[in-house]
Amino acid sequence: MSARFEPIVGRYMHLDLFGRKHRIYVEQAGEGTPLLCLHTAGADGRQYRALMNDERITQRHRVIAFDMPWHGKSSPPSGWHDEEYRLTSAQYTTMILEIMTALELDRPILIGCSIGGRIALHLALEQPERFRAIIGLQAGAHVDPYYDLNFLHRPDVHGGEVSAAIVSGLVGPDAPDQERWETLWHYMQGGPGVFKGDLHFYKLDGDIRGRVAQIDTRRCPLFLLSGEYDYSCTPEETLAVAKSVAGSEAAIMKGLGHFPMSENPAEFFKYLLPVLDKIGATESMMAAK
Amino acid sequence: MIETLPRRVNGDEALVRRGRFLTTTFLLEVGATAWLISIFEGRIVSVARGPFVMPSSSFALRAPEEEWRKFWSSKPPPGSNDVMALIKRRVLKAEGDLQVFMANLRYFKEALAKLRAEGATEGGEA
Repeated sequence: MSARFEPIVGRYMHLDLFGRKHRIYVEQAGEGTPLLCLHTAGADGRQYRALMNDERITQRHRVIAFDMPWHGKSSPPSGWHDEEYRLTSAQYTTMILEIMTALELDRPILIGCSIGGRIALHLALEQPERFRAIIGLQAGAHVDPYYDLNFLHRPDVHGGEVSAAIVSGLVGPDAPDQERWETLWHYMQGGPGVFKGDLHFYKLDGDIRGRVAQIDTRRCPLFLLSGEYDYSCTPEETLAVAKSVAGSEAAIMKGLGHFPMSENPAEFFKYLLPVLDKIGATESMMAAK
Repeated sequence: MIETLPRRVNGDEALVRRGRFLTTTFLLEVGATAWLISIFEGRIVSVARGPFVMPSSSFALRAPEEEWRKFWSSKPPPGSNDVMALIKRRVLKAEGDLQVFMANLRYFKEALAKLRAEGATEGGEA
């Protein structure tokens, strides 16, 4: 069997963020409307590999995913070895907007999952003009801690093993084994304390319950897609956001869990492709006016 | 059914290997019924049914019978498909020295899921 290359191309970008130098890994595939993808806590941009490998998406979209600092192939900033990593809403927002500017993305479609879905809600509220549409996957306004987060980062518990074991049940029951375990492998590879640091945003700092109803979907359309088996961001929590945001559209994805784009792309695309079509049609209509 | 745990766990070579550094006794409460389950280097070596006078265990997992019944069904519904889902819904109480539990979380999840109706799919198990 001969070797085969995927159409994904990855590069390292040097960029100043929060006044510090960063080396950030960015990968992309396809041409057309930019589609910027945000990975979940404790994982990396590989979660979007299926989007970058599907011509139904890449024929009309430039799909871009970056690994957040500390994640995947992006480095933590110099000095990290004496710090505790903790993601905040302000840092997360700045990072996304700075990377968009650096990549010269003109009003991308934003798609984010879990913490990415949460910050997508923040951006829908605070920066709607920067995006042509926002798709929140597993996006809720808040999640209460339901286990002692200290177990994610202590020397007598293996961080990678426990992180994957914590999230394993969040993968839906119908996920193909290969994609299920690829998704969990990313968790097993996370750096010490990184998943925990992301959850600082997810469970403490990034609570947007009090403001989510102020999102104006006339300024930026908002789509919410959530997996039926997600007990971290439950379907009820997503539907609560949908109910409080006028004009938003929500769908609960049967059989899927917390990582739809990574755990079961074939099923996920049944929900994603119509949303992308709708965004594309709206854009064409606006352009014709 | 709990009595079948040794056969179901010990027959899974990969699971036993993952538990090779695990030796402990934990308490499993299914409603009012208590079970003491002893593990030696990844193999279940004893399953004893209560009531007990002075049970010693490293940690305890306690949930109502109805919750375990759903968890052990062949295809558990959302919210019942994983131990962490039960904890999130506050129906399963994990108490004691949870370092042992968390350091071997995949082992305990998979061992407990072994009690699902045989021939059940793997979904949500691991």
